Amino acid sequence: MLETIWFVLWTLLWAVYFVLDGFDLGLGALLPFLGNTEEERRTIYNASGPFWDGNEVWLIAAGGVTFAAFPSVYAVMFSTLYAPLLLLLFALILRAVSYEFRNKVDSPAWRALWDWVHFLVNLAACVLLGVFFANLFMGIPFDANGVYQGNLLKLLNIYGLAGGLFFLACFMMHGAIWLTIKSRGEIQTKALAAAGICWLAVAFLFIVFLVLTFFCTSIFANYLRMPWLVALPVLAVAGLLMVPRLLNAGKLWLAWSASALFLVATTFFGVMGIYPAMLISSIEPKATLTAFNGASTANTLEIMLIVALIMVPIVLLYQFWMYRLFSKPITSEDLNSDHAY
Amino acid sequence: MDVVMLSRLQFAVAVFFHFIFVPLTLGLSVILVWMETRYAMSGDEFWKRQVKFWGKLFLINFTLGVVTGITLEFQFGTNWARYSEYVGDIFGSLLAIEALVAFFMESTFIAVWHFGWDRIGRKAHCVCIWLVAIASNTSALWIILANGFMQHPVGYAVNASAGRAELTSFVEVLLNGYAWGQYAHTILASWALAGFFVLGVSAWHLLRKSHSEFFHRAFRMVAPFTLALTLILTISGHEQGANVAKYQPVKLAAMESHWQTQRNAPFYLFVWPNPANESNSVEFLGIPGLMSFIAYGDTNAEVKGLLDYPATDRPPVSEVFWSFRGMVGLGMLFLVLSLAATWQRKREDICPHLLHGLVWNIPLPYVAIMLGWGVAEIGRQPWIVYGLMRTSDAVSPVPPSSVGISLLGFIVVYSILGLLDIYLLRKYALKGPDAQEA
Repeated sequence: MLETIWFVLWTLLWAVYFVLDGFDLGLGALLPFLGNTEEERRTIYNASGPFWDGNEVWLIAAGGVTFAAFPSVYAVMFSTLYAPLLLLLFALILRAVSYEFRNKVDSPAWRALWDWVHFLVNLAACVLLGVFFANLFMGIPFDANGVYQGNLLKLLNIYGLAGGLFFLACFMMHGAIWLTIKSRGEIQTKALAAAGICWLAVAFLFIVFLVLTFFCTSIFANYLRMPWLVALPVLAVAGLLMVPRLLNAGKLWLAWSASALFLVATTFFGVMGIYPAMLISSIEPKATLTAFNGASTANTLEIMLIVALIMVPIVLLYQFWMYRLFSKPITSEDLNSDHAY
Repeated sequence: MDVVMLSRLQFAVAVFFHFIFVPLTLGLSVILVWMETRYAMSGDEFWKRQVKFWGKLFLINFTLGVVTGITLEFQFGTNWARYSEYVGDIFGSLLAIEALVAFFMESTFIAVWHFGWDRIGRKAHCVCIWLVAIASNTSALWIILANGFMQHPVGYAVNASAGRAELTSFVEVLLNGYAWGQYAHTILASWALAGFFVLGVSAWHLLRKSHSEFFHRAFRMVAPFTLALTLILTISGHEQGANVAKYQPVKLAAMESHWQTQRNAPFYLFVWPNPANESNSVEFLGIPGLMSFIAYGDTNAEVKGLLDYPATDRPPVSEVFWSFRGMVGLGMLFLVLSLAATWQRKREDICPHLLHGLVWNIPLPYVAIMLGWGVAEIGRQPWIVYGLMRTSDAVSPVPPSSVGISLLGFIVVYSILGLLDIYLLRKYALKGPDAQEA
């Protein structure tokens, strides 16, 4: 029971991470397409300015919880997916630095350099997260000793790549909607148009991904076994369908929430599909790690559950307060203040 | 090189680079708390300018500290998978709690503090820096409780059938005396480092008579703070030495390059270790009984020598010995400098030699902290968890080429970022405060 609770909580942490960091990663990947002038580019940076750091901590929490609640899963998952994880880490390091360094030296070449870095590493991070999760759904080749029998290219299979593109489109849509909330004027119009294009890409890739999921994974077996789980893909589709309607109606926050609902429901759809497995071995079924054979002792799970049940709501509360505090659109006055990025 | 050595090198690069930024974050946040509280209470714009100036440096430093910390959490899994599996039941929860309790708070409120000058009131803004300081110093506690478990494992039992160590008492893990001693020493050292940073930057400006009043007041405020910390740091170092003597006698022997077990062990002012011969080439100016006294508070106490341990259980002696001597030597220098700075702080014309000394001293506390961690971590070898698991058994089953490539990546990326960050810190430190606001 404790293991199942932690499995769900683990999924929830990833889902929150995708909802929060998803928009700033996606927005970074849109930088060259939406930021034609210096003011537009700075609006894009500052639209996620106060948020990206707190958002990234959800990844650290998800990683930490994997370690604490499922140490064997953590060990095998992170060592077998060595290359994509380290690439993701480098991308996240350079992303942070691009925010912090870009406006610290008054030179167009310096800024252009960091704009390129910002775009490329955000793009890479979106794709890598997708590749990572698609391979988790499909299973990866490792043996009973937790030794990976493959290389980076083996992860970049059709399904992995489809996952990467799908995540990229989702995060770009999510980021474009965020920018409609945080900007006014011409750039907001561009962001709206971009959200529409991304929506089409998401819808298309969602279908492609679902079809490939049918052929490449056994996720759907759980849905036959526990039909009530079908609520998850239904919620995802509902969220996705609401996005353009709400955008057209000018209800930007609701549109963003619908996009968030889509991301959460899709994450749960995928991860609940492999339950109770957490890391499927594609070459040795016995090696597969589950929420049960990979978990910590009940003692540790209980202590961690108490900590999480107290702390996660508190964190959500103060982060919500922070989002409200900085919810207003970026103005040129904001950009001129000495603390803007 | 084998995968163990490569993984150790990579972890060393990642952790040392991370710890270039962490101590200043820990210490400067406390100094900022002090300055901003004065501003919040009095409304005196002078202190707001102080907060803004030092705050800018704080933020440049902060970002790299945050992002280089993430790589450490992930490296336990990527590079030390066997270790993670073996002790994850105990060790993992400490890292997870760190994120939930401290890291979220730090990252959220630093953003409010950074961007919120015009959005929240003066006092609320001040509360944010308090929360950042509390969160970052709490974060260090959880990390060092985790490290403390590696140094002196408590609160666990080995479950042979599951092939891992399992938590038996969370309270014991939290009350690990070794870890608390290490925490105190780290925190005090970080705060002192920040004090010397502020003194050094102020000294640079005072030498050039730029913004003299501004920097003289910062100097006056921080000098006694730094002296007090350096003094307490010495005491805490001694206390931690006693912990090492008690729980890790072989590390103590390596720190002193002490080979033969003996009672009334002398402390030599000059020693040159010769590990190949399992002895010292030079032992000069010995004070009888002093080593016994330092380690156990009794001049007649028996101090274990390295020869009592099989060679495969000893840490590398020269590295540990020189790191320790270097740290202690720098500590003496810090005492002299902070004493002189406190002595002269109210004078209009602080001795220029002292000011020059303080400027050149800026990097030295960093060196001392690195040496201290060198003693702690190299001195723990060949164990990853002292007495429980060997480093060579802890590494991930990944090919050496993968680790080689990522190590190269770390070295290249970190070198570039480190240089850029130092360049920016220097640029903004030398620029001085912004013009007085109307």
